[in-house]
Amino acid sequence: MPVSKAAGSVREARILAAPMRPGRRPRLLPLAPLFTLVVLLGPVAAGLIGVLAPAFGYYPALGATELSLAPVRSLLAWPGLGGAVRLSAVTALASTALALGVTLLICAAWHGTRAFGAIERLLSPLLSVPHAAAALGLAFLISPSGWIIRALSPWATGWDLPPDVLIVGDPAGLALIAGLAAKEIPFLLLMTLAALSQIPARRSVLLAQTQGYGRVTAWVKTVFPRVYPQIRLPIYAVLAFSASVVDVAVILGPSTPPPLSVQILRWLNDPDLSMRFEAGAGAVLQFGIVLSLLALWRCGELALARAGTAWIARGARGRADAAWRGLAALAAGLSAGAVLLAVAGLAVWSFAGFWSFPDALPAGLTLRSWEGQLPGLAELTGTTILIAAVATIISLLLVLACLEAEYRHGLRPGTRALWLLYIPLIVPQTTFVTGLQTLAIGTGLAGPTGSVIAAHVVFVLPYVFLSLGDPFRAWDPRYGLAAATLGAGPDRLLWQVRLPMLLRPILTAAAVGFAVSVGQYLPTLLLGLGRVPTLTTEAVALSSGGDRRLIGVYAITQTAVPLLGFAAAIALPAVAFRNRKGLA
Amino acid sequence: MRRPRAALWASLLAAMAGAATAETDPADWDGVLEAAEGQTVYWNAWGGDPRTNAYIEWAADEVLSRFGVELELVKQSDISAAISTVLSEKSAGKDEGGSIDLLWINGENFAAMKEKDLLFGPWAEDLPNWSLLGAEDNPALTEDFTVPTEGLEAPWSMAQVVFYHDSARVPEPPKTVRDLLDWTRANEGRFTYPQPPNFLGTTFLKQALLGLVEDTGPLYAPVSDADYEAVTAPLWDWLGELTPTLWRSGAAYPQSGPAQRQLMADGEIDIAISFSPAEASAAIANFELPESVRTYVLDGGTIGNANFLAIPYNATAKEGAMVVANFLMSPEAQARKQDPEVLGALTVLDVAALGEEDRALFEDLDLGIATLTPEELGSPLAEPHPSWMERIEEDWDRRYGAGQ
Repeated sequence: MPVSKAAGSVREARILAAPMRPGRRPRLLPLAPLFTLVVLLGPVAAGLIGVLAPAFGYYPALGATELSLAPVRSLLAWPGLGGAVRLSAVTALASTALALGVTLLICAAWHGTRAFGAIERLLSPLLSVPHAAAALGLAFLISPSGWIIRALSPWATGWDLPPDVLIVGDPAGLALIAGLAAKEIPFLLLMTLAALSQIPARRSVLLAQTQGYGRVTAWVKTVFPRVYPQIRLPIYAVLAFSASVVDVAVILGPSTPPPLSVQILRWLNDPDLSMRFEAGAGAVLQFGIVLSLLALWRCGELALARAGTAWIARGARGRADAAWRGLAALAAGLSAGAVLLAVAGLAVWSFAGFWSFPDALPAGLTLRSWEGQLPGLAELTGTTILIAAVATIISLLLVLACLEAEYRHGLRPGTRALWLLYIPLIVPQTTFVTGLQTLAIGTGLAGPTGSVIAAHVVFVLPYVFLSLGDPFRAWDPRYGLAAATLGAGPDRLLWQVRLPMLLRPILTAAAVGFAVSVGQYLPTLLLGLGRVPTLTTEAVALSSGGDRRLIGVYAITQTAVPLLGFAAAIALPAVAFRNRKGLA
Repeated sequence: MRRPRAALWASLLAAMAGAATAETDPADWDGVLEAAEGQTVYWNAWGGDPRTNAYIEWAADEVLSRFGVELELVKQSDISAAISTVLSEKSAGKDEGGSIDLLWINGENFAAMKEKDLLFGPWAEDLPNWSLLGAEDNPALTEDFTVPTEGLEAPWSMAQVVFYHDSARVPEPPKTVRDLLDWTRANEGRFTYPQPPNFLGTTFLKQALLGLVEDTGPLYAPVSDADYEAVTAPLWDWLGELTPTLWRSGAAYPQSGPAQRQLMADGEIDIAISFSPAEASAAIANFELPESVRTYVLDGGTIGNANFLAIPYNATAKEGAMVVANFLMSPEAQARKQDPEVLGALTVLDVAALGEEDRALFEDLDLGIATLTPEELGSPLAEPHPSWMERIEEDWDRRYGAGQ
């Protein structure tokens, strides 16, 4: 089979290309993975202690200095535990599967067409909307007193008062699943695009089509098996995120009981400080849930791969292309439309005077909400961009150094240990950050912007790594071999061949990291001791007052900042390589 | 060489020892003022209300120009994050030089922090403006949720439970707890309350309990002294009938006071509970509620309490924090706070006992369209003992919350 032969030659080329010339300068590069690990080990360990200690009854500041299982026992005695765990698991699995399914459907049906360009252009705004803002906007869109019903009332529905129907916060978590999926589809699509840039996808599909395969079937059978390994980590990140998300779940999820992550926050926020032990035990349980979900997903992957291989081998050509393409268009339209309308709703709110049911638009428009916030916005935006830019650059440099070291020196085992870096993504952030804060205070580092940046790196770096790692590794080493035979040393190879060819995934990873940094709330607040206000800390504090007008003002501003990053990541490769068809 | 070095060490040690004990005695107010000058006070407060934030900014300008104290507001979405920071500092052994100088907390936070020795003091009763409170006649100022404040926190404003209703849809709102049930039966799905253990939701349960029991006496002593089941039985009977008539039939609840107000603004409910008598007027002015909204209290009175400012045990600028707290208790700052155009928060001062000039500051205030006068509010009912609420919150969660 042509595919496996190509893979074989890739492997040979890697062996030939990898251990080329030893560098003449002091060999710092091989130490990069170790250095990265050491830099992050302290914070990760401190964070983990913050998660584990209270769960086992250890919290010296509360006078608890003996290990005990009492917190675990009282967690098990909480009547909502079963429901909360089920909700966390089901909403995470369902929203991740839905987001992945829609993403793949869109790519299979439309990749390489003109329509796909339109979808691509929508990506950056969709990605830039903060999760909480998207959730609040969605809640306003779909609730019984929301925008859709307002637009239809009373002329079509006859309703002068909103109907008493449970839509947002339904006990099954359907609104939560839909909201999470709508927000994760753009992320997975972005990751898939970066992965596709390392695969001759169009040629594969064309080849399969000449053999009589339908377009969608051809994509799923020839491209998907090569894309999936590259986007596996982003999918895991989405799954872990969905299982531990708090803000979206508070807004769209049920509350009787809520998902476990929300209940942990409730316990942490309880004035009764002894509830922090229950929160600790809950956080450890949630950690366990995330690990189990990841394991479950992995099993599903294996089962699906086995079934899929047999399906591919059977050689069915697939003829329902038109239906699939229609479905893909519908799914893309619905998910993108929901997020865009959600933000549009908040934008209208930011200019709204009084706006009651069933008016489709506010009774009056005013600039008051903006005028009240504008004086502070410039400085907040500046701080936010500074922190995000520095954290992203540090993360990107570390990740590139690790990957380059892996490539040049074959340091697979060394980089394998880097899975430790993903811990911040799979442990509950609320208690993890408490441990981080204790470390920063103990070492005298807490407070200034520098420690906030350091804390952001802990969360940004894993995202940069998971966005960039696999596209970097998927880079065809035969290019390196070709360059080497033309006399290029490893450095020239890196700067003139590999990095330019990887520009798209690198910029994508940077944009993701930038957006992750912009969205950080608790790490910014706790590590900065509240003295480093950013757009997000301000937005979260003001949103707790519940005024949709202010939420609208900050939703727009918070969307604008990462938008710059995503727009650059998507537009720059096209500009830089306008005369290199295969790269742009 | 040896002698100077030893001397250096000795003076360094003395300086360190001095730093540890150099806290000014709160009773020596001139000393406090002197130490406060040049200090920066980090005040951690709930930051969800732009009007409160603006008021604090005004206070910051005033204390800077009058006392040379820099006041920085740290806006929190939930004050528990600030308490987390104090705990982290204690865990890390940072028993002085802490990052938080002043905290705006509620009674439950206070009880917990006092119990865990996380507060500095006593200091509040040494403030010069303490004498303006008439505290000896107003137990709400020296007991926070029945826990004696013992000078560990300074009162900032008074709060009292009120209900507000949309008079366009509900001209005659129900004025007792039992009438509320009749009303929700006739108007299914048009009332709800924030989900306990949210502060306001718990307050609603307390208010209902006070209105339903024959004898409120046992509620003011620890729950362990009473027959919990028997005392709370009327509450559960009443909730059992009320819940199916609630918004979404009690399958979901708003998660906070602001979320409940949003439901009112969206026309989803007709009656809501609030702990701020001026909330409705402020929200109308801010386009957040329709102009037809009016405030009312229950026959037999509603729960009232004070909210307070406290200083963490390891604060850096304790003197500065005291100066700020004292300024906020001044007639000028309190009258500005009670102005509905500014905040509309009830004063903690004993207005009748003030001098003529200061009294006029309060008497000239126009309270706003949907705000009751102090006479209409009536004298507030005291908060029950906090131990009752712990049991009731747990019970509620089992019956109507997580256990549903």
